[in-house]
Amino acid sequence: MRADTVSIVGAGGDQIEAYLAQPIDRASVGGVVVIHHMPGYDEQTKEITRRFAAHGYLALCPNLYWREAPGASPDDAAAAARAQGGVPDERLVGDVAGAASHLRSLGSSNGKVATIGYCSGGRQSFLAACSLALDAAVDCYGAFVVAPPPEGAPVTVGPLLHLAPGLSCPLLGLFGADDRFPSPAEVQELEKVLSELGKTFEFHSYEGAGHAFFATNRTSYRPEAANDGWDRIWEFFGRYLGT
Amino acid sequence: MCTYQTTSLPLRGSGKGAGGWFALSGATVYFDHPVHAGAEHTVNIDLRNPDRGPQARVAVELDPASARALALAILQTLADVPPALRAGSTGGGSSVVG
Repeated sequence: MRADTVSIVGAGGDQIEAYLAQPIDRASVGGVVVIHHMPGYDEQTKEITRRFAAHGYLALCPNLYWREAPGASPDDAAAAARAQGGVPDERLVGDVAGAASHLRSLGSSNGKVATIGYCSGGRQSFLAACSLALDAAVDCYGAFVVAPPPEGAPVTVGPLLHLAPGLSCPLLGLFGADDRFPSPAEVQELEKVLSELGKTFEFHSYEGAGHAFFATNRTSYRPEAANDGWDRIWEFFGRYLGT
Repeated sequence: MCTYQTTSLPLRGSGKGAGGWFALSGATVYFDHPVHAGAEHTVNIDLRNPDRGPQARVAVELDPASARALALAILQTLADVPPALRAGSTGGGSSVVG
């Protein structure tokens, strides 16, 4: 595997930083855009990005806070981006489109691209899948897809259910049954809407797990849920990102 | 969850960050995932000066009880200031925060 920091073209033609991990011994493989969580383009997200490469995928994580804080440490960048109201949805879609295009341009790409995001990135993965032509998407406990965000949230963030008819690809949703954001009722509502629309999707909710159960460096980490979740991801990507 | 909720305020003073002392111009306060503290959510305070770059930041992540105790201690400290000193101070913090 090789992992590098690269520059890609994001929304509005902006050059932004991204972290690229790729297997070096394979040809014709699928790509994964890893959407980092609100705490930023951090060490843990880069670790996740490398994990996809270790499993044979091209993986690219765009630094969504590059414009606010080029070269800053991830936590400073996250603080700066938050103070400026967060990442606007339109810009996110443009950055993911740029990342997907970069992945498809790589010599070892088979042309297929998925997104995966955690926490706020889960919401953004759904947003990207409803806005761009993708091959698969994974939403890990993204809040405010169904319910409106709380008072005081930036105006750039709103519910996304109205975009569901545009979902372009199969969706894997991984949720904690003890989570309140999104709550099990919100997950059920999303499930109902996607069923009515005839979309291909697969949801798993884990008992005993709450929000951020994949995060190994946080108290919310739940190994059983995370291990099963990873298995579901490998199976899902194997089905939809293969040649 | 990522709460997204953020309270911002201007303020005056100085803070000591990774690069030494710098003038502060604002703060953000939010209840969200910490970077370092061992809790799912904490009260996070960033004392900042964006004009000096994202790294001009003093950050704390506090559990809710500690944040409340700190807020009360600040208010108590201000309340205990002798009236003569209070009148003589610039009062910048309280005027911009209030």
